Amino acid sequence: MQNAPRSFQELILRLQDYWAAQGCAILQPYDMEVGAGTFHPATTLRALGRKPWAAAYVQPSRRPTDGRYGDNPNRFQHYYQFQVIVKPSPPDFQDLYLGSLAVIGIDTDLHDIRFVEDDWESPTLGAWGLGWEVWCDGMEISQYTYFQQVGGHDCRPVSGELTYGLERLAMYVLGIDHGMEMPFNDPDAPIPLTYGDVFRQTEREYSRWNFDVADTDMLLRHFEDAEKECRNILDQPAIDPRTGRSIVMAHPAYDQCIKASHLFNLLDARGVISVTERQAYIGRVRALAKACADAFLKTEAAGEDSGDAGAP
Amino acid sequence: MPDLLIELFSEEIPARMQARAAEDLRRLVTGGMVDRGLTYSHAAAFATPRRLTLAVEGLASGTPATREERRGPRVDAPDKAVEGFLRSTGVSRESLKIREDRNGAVFLAVIERPGRGAAEIVAEVLTETVRDFPWPKSMRWGGGSLRWVRPLHSIVCVLSDDSGTEVVPVEIDGIVAGDVTRGHRFMAPEPFAVSGFEDYREKLGRAFVMLDPAERAEKIRHDAEQLAFARGLEVVEDPGLLAEVAGLVEWPVVLMNTIEERFLDLPPEVLQVSMKTHQKFLSVRNPSSGRIEAYVVVANRETADEGATILKGNAWVLAARLEDAGYFWRNDLAVPLEEMARKLDAVTFHGRLGTQGERIGRIASLAREIAPAVGADPDLAERAARLAKADLASEMVYEFPELQGVMGRYYALAAGEPPEIAAAAPEHYAPLGPSDAVPTAPVSIAVALADKIDMLTGFWAIDEKPTGSKDPFALRRAALGVIRILLENSLRLRLLDLFARARPDADPVELLAFFADRLKVYLRDHGIRHDVIDACFSLGGQDDLVLLVARVRALQDFLGTEDGANLLTGYRRAVSILGQEERKDGVSYELDPMPDLAETEAERNLFAALDRAEAALAPALGAEDFEAAMRLLAELRGPIDAFFDTTTVNSENAVLRRNRLCLLHRIRTVMNRVAVFSSVEGG
Repeated sequence: MQNAPRSFQELILRLQDYWAAQGCAILQPYDMEVGAGTFHPATTLRALGRKPWAAAYVQPSRRPTDGRYGDNPNRFQHYYQFQVIVKPSPPDFQDLYLGSLAVIGIDTDLHDIRFVEDDWESPTLGAWGLGWEVWCDGMEISQYTYFQQVGGHDCRPVSGELTYGLERLAMYVLGIDHGMEMPFNDPDAPIPLTYGDVFRQTEREYSRWNFDVADTDMLLRHFEDAEKECRNILDQPAIDPRTGRSIVMAHPAYDQCIKASHLFNLLDARGVISVTERQAYIGRVRALAKACADAFLKTEAAGEDSGDAGAP
Repeated sequence: MPDLLIELFSEEIPARMQARAAEDLRRLVTGGMVDRGLTYSHAAAFATPRRLTLAVEGLASGTPATREERRGPRVDAPDKAVEGFLRSTGVSRESLKIREDRNGAVFLAVIERPGRGAAEIVAEVLTETVRDFPWPKSMRWGGGSLRWVRPLHSIVCVLSDDSGTEVVPVEIDGIVAGDVTRGHRFMAPEPFAVSGFEDYREKLGRAFVMLDPAERAEKIRHDAEQLAFARGLEVVEDPGLLAEVAGLVEWPVVLMNTIEERFLDLPPEVLQVSMKTHQKFLSVRNPSSGRIEAYVVVANRETADEGATILKGNAWVLAARLEDAGYFWRNDLAVPLEEMARKLDAVTFHGRLGTQGERIGRIASLAREIAPAVGADPDLAERAARLAKADLASEMVYEFPELQGVMGRYYALAAGEPPEIAAAAPEHYAPLGPSDAVPTAPVSIAVALADKIDMLTGFWAIDEKPTGSKDPFALRRAALGVIRILLENSLRLRLLDLFARARPDADPVELLAFFADRLKVYLRDHGIRHDVIDACFSLGGQDDLVLLVARVRALQDFLGTEDGANLLTGYRRAVSILGQEERKDGVSYELDPMPDLAETEAERNLFAALDRAEAALAPALGAEDFEAAMRLLAELRGPIDAFFDTTTVNSENAVLRRNRLCLLHRIRTVMNRVAVFSSVEGG
């Protein structure tokens, strides 16, 4: 048990140190707009195939519909998730998770930790798993999932996945009522910064843009472009004419799938998608995710033979 | 007689699945043992979030060896017959014996089954049970292929008797059964060995695990009531929530807290929903004001600070939730109700049935038309319909869909709408279930009927009817709602008329038949036979349900009397003879019979009785006096019986025969004015 961290970033650093000590590769955020840490290819694609994998990373995430102009204490259109994925899920994964709570100052002798049924499903990724939301004194502090399927493929072996909602968790651990008032860096630093100092301005700007300004015709066009490019990439023959090697481009295709997904979220926030159309859009993104998963399973990263043995 | 203890220890089992899983474990293991000839005297199963436990008492120590001789075909029988015999007995050709009997030499198979020990059978049954366990949802984990509700960690499987404890040798996907378990995840995590159920239960108790879910629920209920009582408050009863909460803890510790004053101006339903759905808190109310003022948290552990940290945390979470709810509440109140309703113009109801806004327009005009018939003011009914679903566009209902209608009432009242209009918001959805109350206020009735009729005719028109178990739009519930609203309020409305006004392109006859089916299901629970309903419904055009049910009840009562039963026999006899002869002759005897051709006294009496009944039935039916109509029919019983006793229908005289067959037809016609008696089943 350690003392509680004093800032948002200290909480992140401690989680990173802890999971690094458990043998995870500490990755950096994916450099694209995503709705959740799960979209990072280090989770979505790496949960597929038979190769063992262990990674942890912070992922900035965007949910345009959650924008509240920075006024709401715990809803933001941009926020951070801390993501851990280990394949195959180790038998003591629950204990490892509880160990991570201790390093961020949650004393399980004083707090009430509970694993409450919450099965995870991502219709856009064609993915689902069983697990829980983890409660600390009645607050959801993490999502804990055993991946069963991604992109329509069974996960064998199964990955264990953890997602910590960092703002809410930090507010709780730091005892802060409004997210914007949370210390971002050390409160004793020469220039102490709050979460609001870093993000209040952007929350306002993006809330306005997401809800009222974003050009929906353009978003729609970009959605269609991303969809088309994703298909184009996957339609290429496996053998690269320039190098003569087999290069299946699962990741560049998946980037386009991520783009389409985020563009859909923006269109949704603009309120131009009806309930029935919604399903159709989700289905289109899911079809891309499925095609990317199919492609990834043909790659070396998924544990397949490279298939370029005959290359010059 | 050994006892058996089985514990399947896993990561946290969803609360809603625990009771069923414990029962399935008991059923499958005891059933599997009995199928294999292993008897027992008593079995009980328990569930906690982390374990399923089965205790079996008085298990037989094994099954005895058996020897069975079975006679087969003659030794000179064709090969096929011998092979079949070998297959059915499972013995080899070499081990067949030959026995001489009267018919010559026959094969004899000797089937010997060795006795089996209890342990061997238990191991087999447990393996099968774990592998095929009927979880509603199961998963794999790590690199394994076993499926369980969440990762399965260890298995206790021991047989114990006076001489000691024996671990049953079982291994399932690398999990080797033993006699070791663990206590509470945080309060007593160390492993310990158990020697049998009593020892297990007692050691678990010391390790902060209350094994029996009923005991946990009872402790929570008791402690919660005590805490509330001490402050002059009372716990709002909610057995479902209590059971769920008992499934979330192994060691229930009940804590109570009051809701901050600043949140008490939120509607109580909002407080309750936030507390229940998200936090699983029991609500605590002030008995004098009825206000929800406090809540009960059920924690899963004791702490050195007696729950202070836990309560503080829960209060913090609740405050954040209610802060959110308050934000939605204030935002919603700032939006004029009609503007809120207008937002539904942009929401699709169904691809082929237009937007919610369009649907509301249809409901409003239908409610207006229905209003006079149900005693409602047409203007009020129309306005109520226009506003009843406005809250679907509110932030609160977006967040808490279960508050639809409830919020609508608050928003309507806040907007200064009359109480009848406000009440229609929640009440027009009713009844939601078979035991849910139906609306009784005229305006609410008009909107509720219009809402459901629009839904039914709409989906009928686009051919999206319920099939088998599939009823994605809950149309059966909608039809049942209409039936209950009409019957329980004794409303005289004609369904065919409503269908035509709502949507002329929905097939009215088929939809009415759908209602008849729902009516049968509904009246069955009230002890009314489906065939009696058929007998009345088959009259055709029976679209006034109140009237239909009055007829049905009178008919069922009548059929229960001796007169009714005998009359039914007479009717059937008449119809059966008539049918036979019509088929034979290839003609229909539908002409009016001639009284002048009546030969016997009984025949003449029957003519007279039918004339009397027919004349009197018209006014009785016209006055909707079905009891009177039944009494009139009852008077036919004697004459019909006497007719059959004394008169031969198939007279040799062709003219008399034809006339009598026409008389039988007349019996049918007269009786069918009251109900189609041929639809009545049984005797």
